[in-house]
Amino acid sequence: MATDRTASKKAADRAPRTPPPLATQRAAKLPTVGDTVLDNGLRVLAVRRPGVPLVELRLRVPLAAPTGRGGMAHVARATLLADTLLSGTDQRDATQIAVDLQSLGGQLSASTDADRLGFGGSVLTGGLRGMLDLLAELLTSASYPRREVQGERDRLVHELAIHRSSAGVLAREALMARMYGDHPYALDLPTAEAVQDVRPKHLRALHAARIAPAGSVLTLVGDLSPARATALVAQALAGWTTAGETTPTPPAPEQVGRAALLIDRPGAVQTTLRFGGAAPSRSDPEFAAATLANLVFGGYFSSRWVANIREDKGYTYSPHSGIDHPPAGSRLTAGADVATDVTAPALLESLYELGRIATVPVSQAELDMARRYAIGTLALSTASQAGLAGLISQLSGSGLGIEWLRDYPKALEAVTVEDVLAAGARWFAPSVLTPVFVGDTDVIADSLGALVALETA
Amino acid sequence: MTTRAPVRTSNLSYAVERAQLANGLRVVILPDRTSPVVAVAVYYDVGMRSEPEGRTGFAHLFEHLMFQGSANLGKTEHFSHVQGSGGILNGSTHVDYTNYYEVLPSNATELALFLEADRMRSIALTQDNLENQVAVVQNEIRVNVQNRPYGGFPWLQIPPVLFDSFANSHDGYGSFVDLEAATLPEAQSFFHRYYAPGNAVLAVAGDVDPAQVLAWVEQHFGDIPGRAVKRPPAFREPALTEERRHTVEDHLAPAPAVALAWRTPDPAHLAGFLPYVVLAEVLTDGDSSRLQERLLLRDRSATSVGGYVGVMGDPLDARDPTPFLLEVHHAPDVAADTVIAAVDEEIDRLVADGLSDEEVQRTVARMVARYLRELDPVLGRATHAAVFEQQRGRAELLNELPELLASVTAEQVAAAAATLRRDNRAVLELRPAGGHA
Repeated sequence: MATDRTASKKAADRAPRTPPPLATQRAAKLPTVGDTVLDNGLRVLAVRRPGVPLVELRLRVPLAAPTGRGGMAHVARATLLADTLLSGTDQRDATQIAVDLQSLGGQLSASTDADRLGFGGSVLTGGLRGMLDLLAELLTSASYPRREVQGERDRLVHELAIHRSSAGVLAREALMARMYGDHPYALDLPTAEAVQDVRPKHLRALHAARIAPAGSVLTLVGDLSPARATALVAQALAGWTTAGETTPTPPAPEQVGRAALLIDRPGAVQTTLRFGGAAPSRSDPEFAAATLANLVFGGYFSSRWVANIREDKGYTYSPHSGIDHPPAGSRLTAGADVATDVTAPALLESLYELGRIATVPVSQAELDMARRYAIGTLALSTASQAGLAGLISQLSGSGLGIEWLRDYPKALEAVTVEDVLAAGARWFAPSVLTPVFVGDTDVIADSLGALVALETA
Repeated sequence: MTTRAPVRTSNLSYAVERAQLANGLRVVILPDRTSPVVAVAVYYDVGMRSEPEGRTGFAHLFEHLMFQGSANLGKTEHFSHVQGSGGILNGSTHVDYTNYYEVLPSNATELALFLEADRMRSIALTQDNLENQVAVVQNEIRVNVQNRPYGGFPWLQIPPVLFDSFANSHDGYGSFVDLEAATLPEAQSFFHRYYAPGNAVLAVAGDVDPAQVLAWVEQHFGDIPGRAVKRPPAFREPALTEERRHTVEDHLAPAPAVALAWRTPDPAHLAGFLPYVVLAEVLTDGDSSRLQERLLLRDRSATSVGGYVGVMGDPLDARDPTPFLLEVHHAPDVAADTVIAAVDEEIDRLVADGLSDEEVQRTVARMVARYLRELDPVLGRATHAAVFEQQRGRAELLNELPELLASVTAEQVAAAAATLRRDNRAVLELRPAGGHA
């Protein structure tokens, strides 16, 4: 008996254990968004999300760059405008602004891209009023002091040199230039020369003409009452009455797959592979299918591209593809940094996986897994104050409201294998993508040339 | 516009429940039903400092191996179960711990516990998977260090200047030679020694019922046999008696940089340690900080200034010894010694003149706000609770940290500054060496 019991216990130990099934999920409640357009035209979105005693703040101000000549000067000025917005007002100097932000338990930064000026920040709830007062002061009386502008200009030139010493930045700049030609999306970073030409008067003029409340959206999420927070904003920002132009970003050129570009980085131990193309916007009926095609191809760890060139072959650490949504045209980008000596084999497998998602149906299991990931991670992304604020602000930039959080999972649920194949063919085919490679040309050019036609920079 | 009094916050009140299984596994649960999400984190008390000589990078390589298959799961199945439930996951290797975590919709809580239990029970390794992950890790090092300007600066490059022992000074990412020498038996014995239930803390934060979590934990982890666990050794080294200087060349960097490092007091004693954490912020947090104001706004000699405690940037997740670090990037036409001299002047001024209560209070106000922001997501709560429980036996520190920070005085900060002397520091200069900028 004893022997039997031991044997059966051992057998139980060895019996495979299977993962427990998922329980029923309770639905997250759709947040209630206070949505108010103030007298000055500023739209305020406010959401109560208690948790920690903080308020997250995002402000988007349209600041589109023009196409063609003038685009680079605008990008240089806009970049430096963001870098010096907190350098002084008619009431506080740079140090005082920094002291006051600390005292509020706040942080605030400004940034620009080819479409807009953005502020991002957070503050202890007790400091919200002080933060809004400071924001109003920056918006209405940023002074762009000569000395601070000069200092930040020199610093920006230096930082640009550091950025451009990174293979990933070089590859992205080249890819954007190739995809967008003379459209401002080609100008990912300003040139040092364009930055050197910026004077304080340019920044003051740009601010006066374009930093306006109409068309701007302020999002507040956190430990607040939407009505009271909106009233605070109305009071604090009532004096922001700039009558600015709200020029939209010019339409982006249609994406056609261009020949691969090879950029030399002598001695590089890795080759930086990048691909870019068009993608559907969040409101496009094909977006859900394209999202799932992206996931199955390379958009998460459990994708084919990761399984192939990382987990099977060890060519790379972090292959990844994703869709982002600049207002003038959503785009797909994919990238992997691969060891120099396996560059061509890694490209071969990458083209294979792109070709496969474009021409062969995915399995139902692959589709279901990607779908659950897309729906689940959407819920995760809204579970923190900062995550929710960022998403609401981004949606507002795409002209979408909070109901998208309710509707998009339904769209994901409806996607079929056929839909994914159609999206794969339209957006992921190697023929519609533009590749850029940065690596040691002496070592990789011949073998890459065996796979694709190459142009050299 | 006059300066307002710094905003104050009181302590937090997250519920903290804890248990310990018979096999030694410690469990911390932080229930919060606000959003239907959960974070599960397992912290093993093993890190880069645990590596034997000749096996640099082994702890991190081993972290990769923990995703290659376990008692009942094949290679990559850990990923597919978590992601296929709508969750995210990762692991990371630090000087004193290695962690694994998932954030998922809360209906997958039991699944996450099952998955973590499965690889605590045993790992399934093959030579192919080992070789594959050595290649992956080598590519991780290429992309993060070798093909990147300032790649290992200063986190991999300053420890060998500041410290002497192998444990404290070696490259935790690992040499390619050491990585390629790793064997399956070594991995199994590393697992046996360090991945025992009694050497781990499991933290669960979010939309859960603690009693239900404990039942699941008992069900899935309870029959993993306990093994004897050794306490981590002391890594303390004698204080430096003279300045040490070293220079590295970076063939990708377009401009120079310098890092200064000192050894702090033992982080185990918070009262003596937290003043250094506050001091790092007084010196480098924002335009109103001492060094940014001096080097960026006034002298214009630097292009960026950073300061922090701990080689990987989190002051409260490493044991003794741990460094206090200052990192300054400057233009090629400015000498490193000019930058260092200005830093010394500012530290001297802080020591001689002290600082106001207001300066300390506003610095702490922002530190607390930043800390709250880390705690808002369930993952931040799970990871902080796990490391506090593992290294200090007090997950409750999660709630108490704001008031502990607020209790640091101006005198303590000035006294900490007085220990940042010229004759007890390590200096690392990075010089550009003909890059492609």
